[in-house]
Amino acid sequence: MALIDLSKKEIHCKIVYYGPGRCGKTTNLLNVHSSMADNARGKMLTIETKGDRTLFFDLLPLNLGTIRGFNIRIQLYTVPGQVMYAATRKLVLKGADGLVFVADPLQVRRERNIESLEDLRTNLLEYGLKLEDMPLVIQYNKRDLVDTPIPTLTVEELEADLNSVFKVKTFEASAVTGMGVFETLREISKQTVRYVTNKHLLHETK
Amino acid sequence: MQDFILTAEILEKARNAIESSLIQAGVRTALLIDGAGNILSNCGRDADDIDAISLAALAAANLGATSQIAKLIGEEDFSLLFHKGKNGNIHFGRIGDELILITIFGEDVSLGLVRCRVTDLSETLLQIFEG
Repeated sequence: MALIDLSKKEIHCKIVYYGPGRCGKTTNLLNVHSSMADNARGKMLTIETKGDRTLFFDLLPLNLGTIRGFNIRIQLYTVPGQVMYAATRKLVLKGADGLVFVADPLQVRRERNIESLEDLRTNLLEYGLKLEDMPLVIQYNKRDLVDTPIPTLTVEELEADLNSVFKVKTFEASAVTGMGVFETLREISKQTVRYVTNKHLLHETK
Repeated sequence: MQDFILTAEILEKARNAIESSLIQAGVRTALLIDGAGNILSNCGRDADDIDAISLAALAAANLGATSQIAKLIGEEDFSLLFHKGKNGNIHFGRIGDELILITIFGEDVSLGLVRCRVTDLSETLLQIFEG
């Protein structure tokens, strides 16, 4: 649920990074956090369980400048990917305005990706939202593993598994090195701000 | 779930209601947020010193988690939460289905007073936001 504050001229949007456990959602946020200037980023909040897993969520507030006099503030959230944290995952999704689905290219995780995308669709439906109506970007993470002996899925395989229906923009990325992280963020921010302003602000101010 | 559009008038009314009730009672900070962790209003003498964005996100998550606990014991939801610290205390109260009022106060203010004021205020705030 976007928050448009007409008195302060601010638009707050919530973007959620979704995906199976250990696909690199938190790493995406950490990379954004370390690369952005202090004045554009807020404090990164992370609640982790032992062993680097996200227990509840990570939060990174960003300030993306102004559009038509409105300050654009974006909050990036991640969900816990592990299957057992279903309730928290749904909770974080509440009020999301844009989504990044981070896919894990390891061959052994192929099913997990598909399950996680289906889980996302189901959870959104419970909030009365359709995945196909929302701003969505898919990120094929861990592309740095392609040249290693670790068996990975090709982009074509990932496309067939995850993007054959939605046909949304996809980005190859390596959250560890930073490749593709900002491209993903830029695209989803653009789509989300457009979605929120078209939905509310434009017809409100007409 | 509806999108919130805050007009200056609504915000001003909400702020005045919070100021005249909780802040007058001596609480340090009162923060009005929604269930997704967005801040609608932040008032009080310590308002600028706290990391309100993180606090709002965690408070929304905290109430979300406790509502799951409520369901486990056969309750629909818990309407308030209270955490006691050495020098500061925090009280979370649900305002309708969508809003949460966070109150931070010291030992100089009694919990009973905060609870009474929050209960009164919740009616007023609901009227302001829902018309």
